[in-house]
Amino acid sequence: MPSQEQSRPQRRDDAPDEAPEPTPASPEASARKENLDSDIDSVLDEIDGVLESNAEEFVRGFVQKGGQ
Amino acid sequence: MGIETEYGISVPGDPTANPMILSGQVVNAYASAQGIRAAHASWDYADEAPLRDARGFDMARGVADPSQLTDEEDPTLANVVLTNGARLYVDHAHPEYSSPEVTSPRAAVAYDRAGELIMAESVRRLSQVPPGVNLYKNNTDGKGQSYGTHENYLMRRETPFTEIVRHLVPFFVTRQVFTGSGRVGIGMDSRKAGFQLSQRSDFFEVEVGLETTLKRPIINTRDEPHAVADLYRRLHVIIGDANHCDVANLLKLGTTSLVLAMIEDRAIDLDLTVARPVATLQKISHDPSCAELIELRDGSTTTAVQLQWRYRELAERYLQERYAGEVDADTAEVMHWWGVVLDKLERDPSGAAREVDWVGKQQVMQGYIDRDGLEWSDPRLRAIDIQWSDVRADKGIFHKLRRAGRFEELVTDEQVHEAVHEPPADTRAYFRGKCLEKYPDQIAAASWDSVIFDIPGQPSLQRVPMLEPLRGTRASVGALLDRSPDAETLLRELASASG
Repeated sequence: MPSQEQSRPQRRDDAPDEAPEPTPASPEASARKENLDSDIDSVLDEIDGVLESNAEEFVRGFVQKGGQ
Repeated sequence: MGIETEYGISVPGDPTANPMILSGQVVNAYASAQGIRAAHASWDYADEAPLRDARGFDMARGVADPSQLTDEEDPTLANVVLTNGARLYVDHAHPEYSSPEVTSPRAAVAYDRAGELIMAESVRRLSQVPPGVNLYKNNTDGKGQSYGTHENYLMRRETPFTEIVRHLVPFFVTRQVFTGSGRVGIGMDSRKAGFQLSQRSDFFEVEVGLETTLKRPIINTRDEPHAVADLYRRLHVIIGDANHCDVANLLKLGTTSLVLAMIEDRAIDLDLTVARPVATLQKISHDPSCAELIELRDGSTTTAVQLQWRYRELAERYLQERYAGEVDADTAEVMHWWGVVLDKLERDPSGAAREVDWVGKQQVMQGYIDRDGLEWSDPRLRAIDIQWSDVRADKGIFHKLRRAGRFEELVTDEQVHEAVHEPPADTRAYFRGKCLEKYPDQIAAASWDSVIFDIPGQPSLQRVPMLEPLRGTRASVGALLDRSPDAETLLRELASASG
């Protein structure tokens, strides 16, 4: 058995300075969240454009035989 | 190593179409466009042994399920070898692309993606006769059926199989936190609404076994090395999902290779055995928070991500002790992403949307839920789940999002395009692929470990065995192939070289 303690990556430990802060999100964080939301919306719009029009029938029609 | 993928197949508007015939059409559509005639590059089954069990016994053919008899040639089933060294054929009721043998996870990613382009090209050709055929790089229809994406790893024969099982089961049970492709529906037939990490996890029923189509085992014992049997085994891994994300795919191959190397070198001195592995596998898959505790056999509890950290720490120590930290670029890349992804999953899984398939998929699903107020049982979400993996560039949701730059890419489009035609240079796939490219009319058949030549004017076929996976590389046979205008010259030179 090896005797030395393994060095764990720093990122793994819950360092105290990374504890979640109960303060309100900074303006930058809110802006990022908004960006992310509008980003997702544009993704959804893009997917809407190619999505099978009759989802229920499409799902019902996707029947596979088992494989390995 | 290499990846084999069975693709989902359907005819728009006709769920009753015969999938075996359709799969044959897929293979033939691609093969004929490449000028490959089935008779000139069919498969050589001489060394196949699908019922050989790594535990040391053969299953009697009489008690095997017919779907396990993969070595009986059926002339109606298409089966070809491609110039990149891959095999394209019909496996049961699905077209399958088996990548050529490669030596790095990065190359495996490129050749796996090349398979998607090959399938997409076949779909494009078949679409010229409506309604055409659609193919999906996924692993379940959500109605109770699953089909596989298998990995293969060359291992030293001397490694005891019990050691492989002991150290690999906990790793396989937990690696789905980054290898999972995401799935709408819980249970084999999606009887419960919801989202889970893996396409495949609900289809596993036992810990160890020979079957691949029923009672699927976490560790598959098929012992068919396609190589010198006394020296090697081929570990046939059936538990993976088909990945689209480069990072997830690289990690799937790379981390598994590292763990196998440690097992071979007896470098794992911990017993991380999980309690009730099959139930734990499914529990982890059903937990997108990645925070639920799982139980180890020694009674302690941990999370799937923490268990993966343990394996990564073992790998770090192993590389330090064995190579003094001086590792090759491929290994360094795998270790880098392994750490990055586990760190993201541990903080908040949604942070891994650029690297991990299930996270990226879940983010899109959640977007629909938030925007349109959908429930997880909504057919639109199930439709998105299926269409996510459509191989067509303009219809496949993953491909659309990839082009929009939403995923981390490790392999360029140019490298993938090259992998469609060019074999890897550093394995026997080079000899196989180049022979197919240069002498297509003089090859009667080929397989993983042989090429059979049919030389005009010669009374019998000539079989070149290739039981050493690292022989037949560009370094060893490239010049010979370059200066041999025909197969006859090649064989004559090979014979004189080997005395």
